[in-house]
Amino acid sequence: MCTRPADALVSRRLGGVAAALSACILSAMMLSGLAHAQGYPTRFDLGAPATEQDVAPIAIAISPDGNGLPVGSGEYARGKSVYDAACAACHGADLMGVAGLPNMPNGAQLRLIGGRGTLTSKNPVLTVESYWPYATTLFDYVQRAMPFTAPGSLSADDVYAVCAYILAEGKIIDTTTVLDAKTLPRVVMPNRDGFVPDPRPERFR
Amino acid sequence: MASPDHVTAKARALEDALSRIGEPISEASAREVAALEECECREGMFALAATRRQLFGPAGMVAAVGMTGMLPRHAQAKAPAGAVEYPVPADSTREQGRVMGIDGGYGSRSQFESEVRANPTRTASFTPMQSGYGIITPSGLHYERHHGGIPNIDPARHRLIIHGLVERPMKYSLSDLKRFPTVSRTHFMECSGTTGSEIMKAREPTVQRTHGLVSTSEWTGVPLSTLLRQTGLKPEAAWVLAEGADAAVMTRSVPLDKCLSDALIVFAQNGEAIRPEQGYPMRLFLPGWEGNISIKWLRRLEVSDKPFYTREETSKYTDLITTSGKARIFTFTMEAKSVITFPSGDMRLPGAGFYEITGLAWSGRGKIARVEISTDGGKAWSIAALQEPVLPICQTRFRFPWIWDGSPAVLQSRATDETGYSQPTHAQLIAERGALESGSLFYHMNAIQSWAIAPDGSVKNVHPSG
Repeated sequence: MCTRPADALVSRRLGGVAAALSACILSAMMLSGLAHAQGYPTRFDLGAPATEQDVAPIAIAISPDGNGLPVGSGEYARGKSVYDAACAACHGADLMGVAGLPNMPNGAQLRLIGGRGTLTSKNPVLTVESYWPYATTLFDYVQRAMPFTAPGSLSADDVYAVCAYILAEGKIIDTTTVLDAKTLPRVVMPNRDGFVPDPRPERFR
Repeated sequence: MASPDHVTAKARALEDALSRIGEPISEASAREVAALEECECREGMFALAATRRQLFGPAGMVAAVGMTGMLPRHAQAKAPAGAVEYPVPADSTREQGRVMGIDGGYGSRSQFESEVRANPTRTASFTPMQSGYGIITPSGLHYERHHGGIPNIDPARHRLIIHGLVERPMKYSLSDLKRFPTVSRTHFMECSGTTGSEIMKAREPTVQRTHGLVSTSEWTGVPLSTLLRQTGLKPEAAWVLAEGADAAVMTRSVPLDKCLSDALIVFAQNGEAIRPEQGYPMRLFLPGWEGNISIKWLRRLEVSDKPFYTREETSKYTDLITTSGKARIFTFTMEAKSVITFPSGDMRLPGAGFYEITGLAWSGRGKIARVEISTDGGKAWSIAALQEPVLPICQTRFRFPWIWDGSPAVLQSRATDETGYSQPTHAQLIAERGALESGSLFYHMNAIQSWAIAPDGSVKNVHPSG
């Protein structure tokens, strides 16, 4: 038996064991005609199938075509009350950011609106209004990570509503627009065409 | 003076204690040995077998056997982070040192070493590159960047789910993952925001603050290609959304090609489980790419036909080119970069004479081929020695002998990788991408760094524009 090499039983010398194992492998090769006694399989019987119950609660990503958007809707008025309660403390009552918050980015980075026409300046103001290419990204981010003190706590209706409020304050939609899974992906953001593929490596003169 | 009998009894007690290392001792036996002890060395005897509970317990053993010299001095002095404060003997050859085991089995660094990550913003921490050696960053000094804090995840409850455009959606536990064939790779990781604030002028005083969002570890895990072979891929599969289990539920879209080449799902760093701040129990690791996309606390991979345009790949981590007003998107690769870590900002050379200039160079596109050093602000360049090993997509240490004559000098390093790409100057980067005062937005800033040496030996961060 390969598993009990006689040499190993007699002697505990490592060399004896190695010799026995070599003989074992050699005989296995001769028996099977293979170059390796064992190799790596390409399929492994590990893990478990992910069921719909596993996936559904965490598959929250929204793509620009609206795929993944939940049932629900919201508009400006409700959005303002959600915003005032859940968002204004950091992003400012005027959506212009708040400076000096502990453990937070600076006020300018928390700013949500304004900044159009600044992207060619040395001090561009990058906001949802001036920079973000897709409204679906706003929904996705608010739903997954906001508000900061209670991420993931807003209902779908609240997320639609607060998106409507921010987009209307940014003059991207009007205050009567109701956002839902159909209308949100149709919102055309001012900087939708503002992105280009990576041309690097750069060739410096 | 001790009598011969006393010495023999003491030797026996010592032998007995040694034979019981790690075992608890009773208070009675401790007292028995203590009674034989009249010398300084007694402090070493009991700790050999004492348990932590006995050391700190209410039994009064500490007082009884006089072991205070062996105790961690948490209450007596504040040790630097990662260290334990112990008393310093007048002559360490004249008394037994502390014994193994009282650290609980996990060591700590010397109480005389105090380098820590700089933590100026509470969302990022910077590696103290100025005091690093070799190429490996100690795990406790690896830079951090978090968007929702450090989650505390029980691996028993954590699963990695792979779904979307796959033939067989799967979920894997940490123990499942560990049973796959694994690989270990030593790679740097760098935040694409590193050094960005330095593009228009010198702002930060030290190399820790200018460059410290880059670190190197040995990472161990399972090739993502292995896992995707298990799930199978539908023909239209082209991108993979990676998602973390932190409060930011951080998400990035990764091209499938990368996932099928050198992408790893890692669970170990520098020979042990990855640290919580590095994504425990598992993270994505994409060699050579900006750190943000190597999603930590990885819980989900969704295979799709298109990218998702998440917040972190649109509003952040895109490179606005202010000359055109357009922003580069999906700029993943970290290009060749280097920095001199000694001498570097805020140091002071004690006087003219010999110094070994040293630093680190790295490239997301492969191996470092060459590092050049200038001591005159970029007029003349000389080749630095590269310390082996020179690994692909890994920090490489360079060394350069220099005799400082005491006059003003400006030290620079310029890395070239195996693709032939060389580190640009600030002016070249600004010409290519436009000026940008908002330094935090200038991603992928890899310009040549300058350190000015003044006649008094002080070292200062300087910008070539003055």
